[in-house]
Parts: sequence; structure tokens; C-alpha cells
Amino acid sequence: MTYDAGHYDVIVVGAGHAGVEAGLAAAKMGAKTLMLTLNLDMIAFMPCNPSIGGPAKGIVVREIDALGGVMAKVIDKTYIQMRMLNTGKGPAVQALRAQADKPLYIKEMKQIIENERNLTLRQGMVDQLIVENGICKGVITETNAAYSAETVIITTGTFMRGKVLMGDLEYESGPNNQRPTIKLSENLEELGFEITRFKTGTPPRVNSHTIDYSKTEIQPGDEKPQSFSYETTEYITEQIPCWLTYTNEFTHEIINENLSLSSMYSGMKRGTGPRYCPSIEDKIVRFNDKPRHQIFLEPEGRDTEEVYVQGLSTSLPESIQHEMVRSVEGLENAEIMRAGYAIEYDAIVPTQLWPTLETKKIPGLFTAGQINGTSGYEEAAAQGIMAGINAAAKVLDKEPVILDRSQAYIGVLIDDLVTKGTNEPYRLLTSRAEYRLLLRHDNADLRMTELGYQLGLISEERYAKFVEKNRLVEEEKIRLFKLIIKPSEEVNYLLEQAGATPLKEAIKAYDLLKRPELSYDLLASIIQADPKLSAEVTEQVGIQIKYEGYIKKANEQVERMLKMEDKKIPVDIDYDDISGIATEAKEKLKKVRPLSVGQASRISGVNPADISILIVYIEQGNIARLAN
Amino acid sequence: METDTITAISTPIGEGAIAIVRLSGPEAISITTEIFKGNDLKQVASHTINYGKIIDPQSNEIAEEVMVSVMRAPKTFTREDVVEINCHGGMVAVNRVLEIILSKGARLAEPGEFTKRAFLHGRIDLSQAEAVMDLIRAKTDKAMSVALKQMDGRLSTLIERLRQDLLETVAHVEVNIDYPEYDDVEEMSHEMMRKKTKEVHAEIEKLLQVAKQGKILREGLATAIIGRPNVGKSSLMNTLVQENKAIVTEIPGTTRDIIEEYVNVRGVPLRLVDTAGIRETEDIVEKIGVERSRQVLKESDLILFVLNYNDDLTEEDEKLFTAIQGLNYIVIINKTDLEQKLDLERVKVLAEDKPVVTTSLIEEEGVDELENAISKTFFEGEIDTGDLTYVSNVRHIQLLKQASRALEDAIDALKLEMPLDIVQIDVTRTWEFLGEIIGDTASDSLIDQLFSQFCLGK
Repeated sequence: MTYDAGHYDVIVVGAGHAGVEAGLAAAKMGAKTLMLTLNLDMIAFMPCNPSIGGPAKGIVVREIDALGGVMAKVIDKTYIQMRMLNTGKGPAVQALRAQADKPLYIKEMKQIIENERNLTLRQGMVDQLIVENGICKGVITETNAAYSAETVIITTGTFMRGKVLMGDLEYESGPNNQRPTIKLSENLEELGFEITRFKTGTPPRVNSHTIDYSKTEIQPGDEKPQSFSYETTEYITEQIPCWLTYTNEFTHEIINENLSLSSMYSGMKRGTGPRYCPSIEDKIVRFNDKPRHQIFLEPEGRDTEEVYVQGLSTSLPESIQHEMVRSVEGLENAEIMRAGYAIEYDAIVPTQLWPTLETKKIPGLFTAGQINGTSGYEEAAAQGIMAGINAAAKVLDKEPVILDRSQAYIGVLIDDLVTKGTNEPYRLLTSRAEYRLLLRHDNADLRMTELGYQLGLISEERYAKFVEKNRLVEEEKIRLFKLIIKPSEEVNYLLEQAGATPLKEAIKAYDLLKRPELSYDLLASIIQADPKLSAEVTEQVGIQIKYEGYIKKANEQVERMLKMEDKKIPVDIDYDDISGIATEAKEKLKKVRPLSVGQASRISGVNPADISILIVYIEQGNIARLAN
Repeated sequence: METDTITAISTPIGEGAIAIVRLSGPEAISITTEIFKGNDLKQVASHTINYGKIIDPQSNEIAEEVMVSVMRAPKTFTREDVVEINCHGGMVAVNRVLEIILSKGARLAEPGEFTKRAFLHGRIDLSQAEAVMDLIRAKTDKAMSVALKQMDGRLSTLIERLRQDLLETVAHVEVNIDYPEYDDVEEMSHEMMRKKTKEVHAEIEKLLQVAKQGKILREGLATAIIGRPNVGKSSLMNTLVQENKAIVTEIPGTTRDIIEEYVNVRGVPLRLVDTAGIRETEDIVEKIGVERSRQVLKESDLILFVLNYNDDLTEEDEKLFTAIQGLNYIVIINKTDLEQKLDLERVKVLAEDKPVVTTSLIEEEGVDELENAISKTFFEGEIDTGDLTYVSNVRHIQLLKQASRALEDAIDALKLEMPLDIVQIDVTRTWEFLGEIIGDTASDSLIDQLFSQFCLGK
């Protein structure tokens, strides 16, 4: 028999990267929130690579921060190394990546959650959902605790019917030998959810003392202090380097000879793995002409000797892993501390979700993170915060929040998932964003802070700072627009010194800055720069002016896109009633149930004629309603 | 609701004595005004019909004599501003007008779109909505099958190859962005990008060139016969017409006088044009000067320049040579039945690399050589007749032009040393335009390309 364990507005099942953001966002918005996790010592655990950020993902972390999430702040406090990537490229694709101190990250995150007043953290395994009249009303744990709730968010990651695979060894398990979630997964299937099977893998970890670093190349962090969060003011100066080495023909020989022993190559039908994060077996088989592959040696923290062998993700038997690792230069004497393994798990087909991440089948039930078929801590956290916001919004009777593809990578991610679905673990890439020039690392605050503030997730103090930054940027742009620079010996000398073409006639400072070879700093040495302006402000001014033409073009495209997003499709539309739409398109529309014509047009198999007919049909309904 | 201006030929192609190009949308009247010579359409009363000419903005040439109806919103079929341009029937005239309108920023209407707009603006009542939807479906299916038929297999193969080229380039840029530490592939340089974009741009331009030649095949090569009085221009004209009695009627329903002046020389249709009196150029240079006559002559695709074998090279001949320098011409030295007085060496120098043919039109000698020369000038290079049907669809040409322009933007950005991820925006657009031609714009293929082309880890 169950016992009544209390009532909450929002229950979050899981405390991984999605769970923590979901729980914190809901609690901060004023919802009474419960967070249940299998193991209190594993909050926001990183079962795979010890890093956060990177192209697209790093921008997501900034967006989460500007919405009031915590991932950025926690990594800013715990990194062992920070680097800005793509610095030689345009502003749209630059992104931060940090190497994390894994144990410290967990500790820091746990404290934040413990200190959140509206949030109760408890250890417990959820076995099933309480569903009444088709609506989600709470959860029941294996200890028979029945929690009732207005909304439930499931963020169980790769735990659902998780199965660890290594050679011919296989056993039911969550990542890193934690207990798997079996009953909840069965429960979801019983409730009628379509479940798919994905897999991912992780490489062995070796002891740092047993690595000969002299045979590898050093990969230090940036000297310039940087942070993910717009609120971070203190930087960690003492950084730890990563190291680069390579596989070689011996490594490849070992793998080739033992391929049949790999769980993933033993001929059994397995879950679908991600192409962007292939196992070393995959790399050797699919690209057998490559003489070597990169191996990054990444420390897992300051107070541990474990080193993550990035690039050697594998499901080969342990004995072969020893051989394989030791064939790599610098790792000849390396001692494996944990062997690599592959993990298979259940994921929910994400087209079963509304763009709010609420399930279509069971109102009140939300899912977020890897359970929705994504991969990566950042993708999980992004869904977590949105699910948290929307679950709380539902309880508090507020408008749901759906970010569109021009607002944030988070919008791209969720729209892709719920509109197109995915047939492999989904990872964000910059190429998935149509408007990536608008979705920059540098302007995440300009895009998201206002929204975060309105939701109550951004403090007054931070908001005031943001407004002031905005004002200074606009003011400086106007000043540069009005400021005319005349060609003088002094001006031209400065220009020539910097390798820029000298002036022939007077020019607006604004237009001068548009020249590709001219930076804001150089301009500032020519004109009277305002010394009060922070680097953040001048960076923004520089980018906005320099890329104005392209930004304008992108904005025009966005405007056209938004027009289609504004054409709403009635939720009760009966696609079978529309005769003109092609059968394939009809089936897709019935499954995805897009909220707008714009979303409908992104479903593969729905062509422009179908969209035209859909518009006419919707309008017909509108006219009929007016007539009544 | 909709903000752009759409256009289409709204009469059945190739049938009827007149054809109508229709425009609907906020820019309908201003676009037409820009290309129309006649009353100021912005000033004329609504629901009036106006006589005038459509001017090709590129050549400043008169493209067509038309009657234009101007109908202002809301009392129109679509409840938007509507313009209907009545042209001569047949494909040539109406297609040309349509192309000019498209070049001014109107968008080719989707099947059934006029009716759809009429409905969405409440012009058609509810009971007719079903019919509208059926119409869109039917028209789309028909348009698809027509487009497919029009699409040459070689065209789609070529477009697919160009797209694959672009896709690999874009994937290369993407992999540099998304996997900055991945060292198996060298960092894409501006130079590599410049090379690739220029290659593809050249191919697209070649396709457009072929399209232009295909158009010439359909419309005829505008040909002028020039030369001093009594060198044999009329005889040449008569010979060409008599030799080639099979008059081209590739333009069904054409009712214009000009048809009589089409001759087909070894598969090359010549349209002996009478623009600004070029045909009677007895004293064109005398009359209007070298520069002006050059302007006039530029409008022809081919010039047949006749000289007298029996006469010295005069100052006027030399001036004509200057006027046609750089243009496409053939020198015909006529009257070889008479005594040679012409300095042939001098003529060859003046003619540079252009063909020189000797004839005696009275004796019917040298006509074969002349016809060979005509066909050779036209079919020279890699293009053969078969290829000329490549691109004929107005929509395809329009998309090719857009693709070409997008690539030019990319090339300009490269000149400015813009970062490659910015340059890549226009390369991707090019890829999308080309995709529209063959009906494939799935953006997922980039990601597929990324992972099949590169072995990615971190």
C-alpha cells in the first residue's frame, strides 16, 4: 500500500542536468517543487566527457544563464580550464568550452539546490505515474510514497531500461553502474508512449601518473579570463592543461582484429548511436583510410588522477581495451581505472511532445533531457529549464513559453525535436540554426534576459545592469553614426600603422568601422573613445555595426518566418476532413499536430501545396466562426 | 495578409491571339510602371486600359506592344492591386514580358495562388473554398508534371552535381566550426572558398548562357544585313529566304508580320530584324555616326556585313568595321564573278578573327560556305543543339539567376575578407535556390554530408 507523501505543484523526476534546471526554474517562479533522484551524491553528474560548452552548446549555456538557469554559474566556479573556440572565425560561431572538475561540479550544484527555499530534494526511485482521467496527477516511488502533483517532469536521462555493454558482458544498469529505471519505463509504455532505443558510449579513464605526457602535445586554456555567466566576476586563474595524442596503425590493427568482440559489432541488433560521437570501432570501420585519430587526454578534476581518454569511446572487452590504450603514444604504461562501455536506453519519440515539452498524450506530464532523444549536458539543461518554466507556468496559470528558431538555439533544439523527431541521439550543431548570425555567444543576454526577468528568474540588480548595457550600446552606435572623421595626417598615420587603408575623404565613424580590417579598438584610438564603456559594450557595438548588412538580411528572413508562425492551427483541427492534403502529409500532420502553419511547413513530407490548402482550410473555419 | 507581389501568365500558353500576364499585390502597379512606356500608370484611373510598350530594362529595347489594365484594390479579383498586361499571343512575347516582371521583384505565383488570395481576402465565399483547395491540388499536380517534363534529365544531373559541390564546401566550413580541433581536414581557406564559388558561379552562368541560346533557338537570332549601297544586300536576303523555304513556325499562334522574315539556316533560325531600320543601312553610319550605329547594331545577335569584291575598300566600309568591332559578325565578299578590286589582305586584318566568306550570289556560288559560317558561329564551343533545350522554364531561369546572384554576394564577401562562416550564408542560399529547381530543399542533407564526409569525435 502506498502512503500519502504530500502534494507539490511540480515534481521533477531525476536530478541530472535537465532535472536541476527544471527544478530550480519551477521553484524560483514560485511553484512548490519536489526533486526526486536515485542517488543524492550524483546530482548533475557527468557520466561522459568532463567538459561543458563548445560550438552551439556553449551558446546554449549562455542562453540558459540569461534565462536565469544555473549551469553557467556552476561551471564558472568549477572549471579547470576555459577556452574560446573559433576565435579566428566570425562572431556568430565563437563559443566557450570549459573542462569541468566533475566532483566539484556535483558538490556545487547540490549546494545550490539545497539552498533553494521552494525546492525539496529527496532520494527515491519513481516506479510509476499517477494518472487520473488521462491527466498526470503525481508519482509513486518504490518505497510506496505517493506524491500528488499538478505537473510532473521526467528527466531520467539514459537510465530508462539502461543496459551497459562491454564485449559479451551486458547487464541492466544506469551509467556508471547506477541502478537503472525499469518500472517507470514500462509504465510509460503501458500509458501508450512510443519508445525508441538509443545507445551511446564512453571511453576508458586512465591514471594520470601512468601517462607519459612528454610524448603528447599540450593543450592549455586561454590566458584571458572568460566566463559563461553574465554574472560571474571572479575567475579561476590556475588552469590545468589537456593533452593531445593519436591512435596509430597498431591501435587500428588491434581494433580490427577484435571487432567481432565489440558489443556493437557482434551482429546483434542494437540501439541507434550518434554519428557525431562515434565509437573508435565506428571510426576505424567507416574511415579505414585514416592513418590516425586524435585522442585528447582530459583530467576529470583537480583532486583526482582520473583522466578521460576522449576519442576512444568503445564497447570492446576490457582485455582488449588494455591493449588498445597501451598502443597509443604516451599511454604505453597507462593503467585503466574504469573501462569504457556502451549504454543502451529507452527514449521517448519526441514528436509526442508539444513545443512546451508537455506530452500530448497525458496533460500535466512533461519530459526533458536525454529521455527525449538528445545527447549532451547542455541540450539536457536547455530542455530542463524550458520544461521547468512551462510546468510552473501551467500551475501558476501563466502563458507557456515557446522560443522560436530566431530567438535561441534552445528554440532550434526543441522545435527540431518536436517537429521532426530524431532517429539518433540529437546533438546541437551550429548548422542546425538558420539564423545563427543572430544567435551569437555575445548577444545571448540581449536575446534572453528580458524574458528571464519577466518570468522572475532574473534578479532586479542583474536586470538593471542589462538595461544599462543595452542603453550604452545604442547610445554609442548613435554617437558613431553622427561622428564624422576627416582625413588628417594623424588619422591616416594611425590607420596605416594598423595596416588599414588611409582615408581620402571624410567618413562617418560608423561607416569606417564597417571596414573589415578595422576593429572598434583601432577606431577608438582615432576618435575620442568613451573610457567608461566596458569591453562588453564595445564588443557589441563593433559586431552590430560590422555585420549590420548580414544581420539585416537575417532579420528580414526571420520576419517572413514569423508571419507563418503567427498563423495558428486550431488544436482541434481534423486533418481527415481536409480532402486536398496528400496522404503522407496528412499522416505526419496528425502525428506532430503542429501549433502553427510555420511549424507545419517544417515537417518533412509536408509540401507547399499542402500548406496552401491548410491555410485555406483554416481560413474557411475562421470565416464560418465569424458567420456564426 | 500576404505582402509580396505575385505574377503569372493567366491565359493558356500557345493558344489564342492574345496572352495576359497578371500581377497581384502591393507592388503590382509600381513594378509595371517601371517597365511601361505610355501613360503614367500610377496616375491613371482604376479599371482603365492603357496602350503602351514594355521596355526591357537591360537593353532598353522595346519588348512588346501591349494593352495594360490597371485595377486598384479592393474592387479586384484578389482584392489587391491587380495589373493585367495583354500581349500578343504565343510563347515568345508573353514569356519575355513575364521575365521582365520577375526581374523587377515580383514572385512567380504558385499554382492557384490568385484564387487562394481571392479567397483569403474574402472575395470568394465559403461554399467555394472546397473548390479553391481542389484547384490548388489539381494545378499543383499539373504544374509538377509539366515541370518534370520540361526538366531535362541532364539539367537535373548537372544541378545535383553543383549542389553536391556546394554541399561539400559548406560541410567543410561547418566541420571547421563545429569541430574546431578536428585536424584531419585542413582549415578551409578564403582561397579555397574563392576557387569553389567561382567554379560553380561559372557553371551557373554557362547554364544561363545556354538558356539564352535556347531562347534564341526558339525566338530566332536577330540578324542584320549591312553594307554600302549596291553590294548585294537584297540579293543576300532573297537568297537566304529562297534557299530556306521552310519558314520557322516554332512560335505557335504568332500573328505578327515578322514571321515572314524567319529563315532557318542549318538549324539556326534567323530573325531578320528591322529594328531602327538596320536592314536598310545604306547610309546608317553617315546618318547617325559610328557610335550611334554601333548602339543600334549591338541589338542584333548576328551581323552579316557585305562588301563588294569589285570595288575598293572605302572609308565608309572602314567605319562600318569600327562600328561592329567586337560584335558577332560575318564578312561576306560578294560579286566574285566580277574583277577583283578589293584588298583582301586588308579586309582580313580588319575582320580580325571573324569569318570571311566569298560569294557570288548571282551565280549562286559560296552560299554553302556562308550557311556553314552562320551555323558555325552559333554552335561554336562546347554547346551542341541538344544542350540548347537545357533550361527553358521561366521559373528555372529565375532560380538560376537568384543562385548566381547569391554566389556573387559570396564572392564579394570573400573580397572583403569576411569570415567564412559569414560567406557561407550566401553559399547555402545558392544551394537552396538550386534545390528549388529540382524540388529538393531538405536541410538535413547538410548534416548527413557532415558525418559521411568527416570522421568526427570531439
